Amino acid sequence: MMRFIYSLASPPGFYKFSDKVRPFLWGAFVVLAAAGLYGGLVLAPADHQQGEGYRIIFVHVPAAWMSLFIYTSMAFMGAVSLVWRGKIAALCARQSAVLGASFTLITLATGSFWGKPMWGTWWAWDARLTSELILLFLYLGYIALTSSMPRRIADQAGALLLIVGVINIPVIHFSVEWWNTLHQPATITKLGAPSMHISMLRPLLFMAVAFMCFYFATMFTLAQAALLQQEKGAKWIDNIVREKSERSKQ
Amino acid sequence: MRGMFIILRRDLLLMFRRPGEWLLPLGFFIMLAAIFPLALGPEQQQLRAVAPGVIWTAALVSSLLTQETLFRVDAEDGALEQMLLSGNSLVLLVLAKTIAHWLLFGIPLTLMSPLLGAWFSLEADEIWRLMLTLPLGAGVFSLLSVFTAALLAGERKNHFLGALLCLPLCMPAIIFAVAAAKGDTAPLLLLAALFSFSATVLPLAAAGALRLNMEY
Repeated sequence: MMRFIYSLASPPGFYKFSDKVRPFLWGAFVVLAAAGLYGGLVLAPADHQQGEGYRIIFVHVPAAWMSLFIYTSMAFMGAVSLVWRGKIAALCARQSAVLGASFTLITLATGSFWGKPMWGTWWAWDARLTSELILLFLYLGYIALTSSMPRRIADQAGALLLIVGVINIPVIHFSVEWWNTLHQPATITKLGAPSMHISMLRPLLFMAVAFMCFYFATMFTLAQAALLQQEKGAKWIDNIVREKSERSKQ
Repeated sequence: MRGMFIILRRDLLLMFRRPGEWLLPLGFFIMLAAIFPLALGPEQQQLRAVAPGVIWTAALVSSLLTQETLFRVDAEDGALEQMLLSGNSLVLLVLAKTIAHWLLFGIPLTLMSPLLGAWFSLEADEIWRLMLTLPLGAGVFSLLSVFTAALLAGERKNHFLGALLCLPLCMPAIIFAVAAAKGDTAPLLLLAALFSFSATVLPLAAAGALRLNMEY
């Protein structure tokens, strides 16, 4: 187990590992997303209060989960890269940022598409919407910071920012929730029953796992490309190219 | 500890020799606060209602202006390198910088707030509450400013980036501070908690960021 983790921390080990898992992740994404979309858009019944409009949650909720998951895992990778000076962890964190910001943006956009027919407004200063917006700002700050510096500093400065940010996320969420209950006493009540019927829950979970696979598949793909660029001229790249060309000749 | 006081004294002395640097953000704060009545209209009742939010927004925006000078001058003339090499704890250095920033920004802000209170026709007890929240909230701003300035200490031009990094992290402080200024006790306690929490975590992170920028 430990040897496996060590091998991941070296560029060639990581490259070979992602070469192996990438097809599975993409495959799982396609299958699960197809199943989830079919189950969510066709099989699941319409909601008795919200009608067909609720179906946007099959994209909205998984995207929201991913936006939080990616930030947390970026902070974890940042901590790894700070403590062990791991190049790969920093690389993955950097590649994840754009994906995380996109998921946050998708969450906000689908949330406001849902809000227009349900709440009657594109935007409400609802606690969860507001903290999601602040999360987007945090992502943008990280991207702006790391893209404006030389890479060696950027990796570690970004990691520090991520750690401070991840400590702040619960504080932000709590403060926004508290502020929200103070200002808007129950103008927006949660629509629908708190628990979900299994026919809606199943596609939602499919979609959540599909999004997760998509994230890892894209992240590995981006990280491989960035790694090749970063390690341009390294010997292990020549070896991999030679192996591949020999395999295609046979 | 002694190194910390020496740096604190040096920073304060430097600032008194170059008063423009710390007076400028304060002047900006006053002017920004004066814009709001002009923009919103002179109606007293309305001004009184928005006063805490307006004053805190002005304080936040003007605190962003102070970031840039925090480490840049010292980094450029090599003083920062000497401080690093002196063997004193970097966390204490960062703390000294933070305290200097707070003394020259948070405290004057607090002292000026009665004037602003009069502009926004606040009652005496409302001004009093505002004066209670300003040092705490401005303390959080100082800690965050020092952290982002330390992250960018090696950068020459970072006018907007520092502000961009700092703003989302400042939001909880703004929420609690404005609510506390409006008169509840709970947010005042929460603001105090946030302040002590930030004072524990952020100097460590800032010291790490500073070391990083000096190493390369």
